[in-house]
Amino acid sequence: MKRIPIVVLLSLLSTAAFAAGDEFTLVIKDHAFEPKEITIPAGKKVKLLVVNKDATPAEFESKPLSREKVIPGKSTGTVNLGPLKAGRYAFVEEYHENEAAAQGTIIVE
Amino acid sequence: MFAAALIVFRESLEASLIISIMTAATRGIPSRGRWLVSGVLAGLVGATLVASSMEAISNWASGMGQELFNAAILTLAVGMLAWHNIWMSIHGREMAAQALNTAREINSGTRERSVIFIVVALAVLREGSETVLFLYGLASSSADGLRATISGGSSGLAAGLVVGGLLYAGLLRIPLRWFFSITGVLVLLLAASMAAQAARFLVQADLLPSLGAPLWDTSDVLSQTSALGTLLHGLMGYDAQPSGTQVLFYVVVLIAIAIGMRWTSSRVAHRTPHVALADSIATAKQS
Repeated sequence: MKRIPIVVLLSLLSTAAFAAGDEFTLVIKDHAFEPKEITIPAGKKVKLLVVNKDATPAEFESKPLSREKVIPGKSTGTVNLGPLKAGRYAFVEEYHENEAAAQGTIIVE
Repeated sequence: MFAAALIVFRESLEASLIISIMTAATRGIPSRGRWLVSGVLAGLVGATLVASSMEAISNWASGMGQELFNAAILTLAVGMLAWHNIWMSIHGREMAAQALNTAREINSGTRERSVIFIVVALAVLREGSETVLFLYGLASSSADGLRATISGGSSGLAAGLVVGGLLYAGLLRIPLRWFFSITGVLVLLLAASMAAQAARFLVQADLLPSLGAPLWDTSDVLSQTSALGTLLHGLMGYDAQPSGTQVLFYVVVLIAIAIGMRWTSSRVAHRTPHVALADSIATAKQS
């Protein structure tokens, strides 16, 4: 009986560590992505936290990743990614997609 | 300004194609024009409401609110389109006969009119809310933002409406004999395409597995951002890099509605006059 709390605690800790390792952050500021390239592991699910520091809404969009999400101004949106094959997947901030600063790449390896 | 016009064009094109197809598919239904217009207006009001509460929607369901909201709207639209097509497979023939004689009221046309209203409103709401957010951002972000917003927004919208109008004009040239069969196929493709989009959002919310992402990649052959790719995406859900789940939803909904149409129309076809007469005699004997 004594062991159960320890097991629970350990599994919680490991889940937390696991989750932290599988989260990546992408910042949008002045309609520009930072960083412009993010490397994620192949074959597993990860979460991409898109932090919009601008006051205006942004839209994270990637046709290769089949993802599309509005990130309201001054807020953070979570985009689930994967499991993906190794490769390069382009994404854009759709509202400024023609500007180089609003284009980025997810590198899966 | 050109970039703004292009974005508004792309967003309004999809809604515009849906409206054209629905307008054509409901040809001959009395006062459908009024229902279409109210659908567009309701959609615009809805788009503004959705845009202004986007933050609240985003925070639902542990941050997956947008995905669930979009999937729900698309699913509702698929249901409406399915209902429309199955209803048409019963009434299509009488409608083809009466299409040019709008004075004659068609039974159960009222429910069909609410389908037009809902489908159009949902299409405008979904495509419109993103456009409203984009235009809001544009209007508030630069010095001459408002001017760029108005000129870019209106020219993009106008271009979207022109393409929709051309599609409608083209559809009207189809001989009446084939007219409802062709609009039926177009509505069927729209429904399948919306089902695939709903699936995409459910995969994005991590509620469904992707079953291969992407299942194939035809972006080198026909990019989804090219003019033809955009048009085919709007008309039949072309996706250059779809996930397996998207393809599965597309195919299942396509087949399910097609079977529903075939089944109801064959039931109607079998009820030829003498069968109907025999039926009524049998009913009379029983009572």
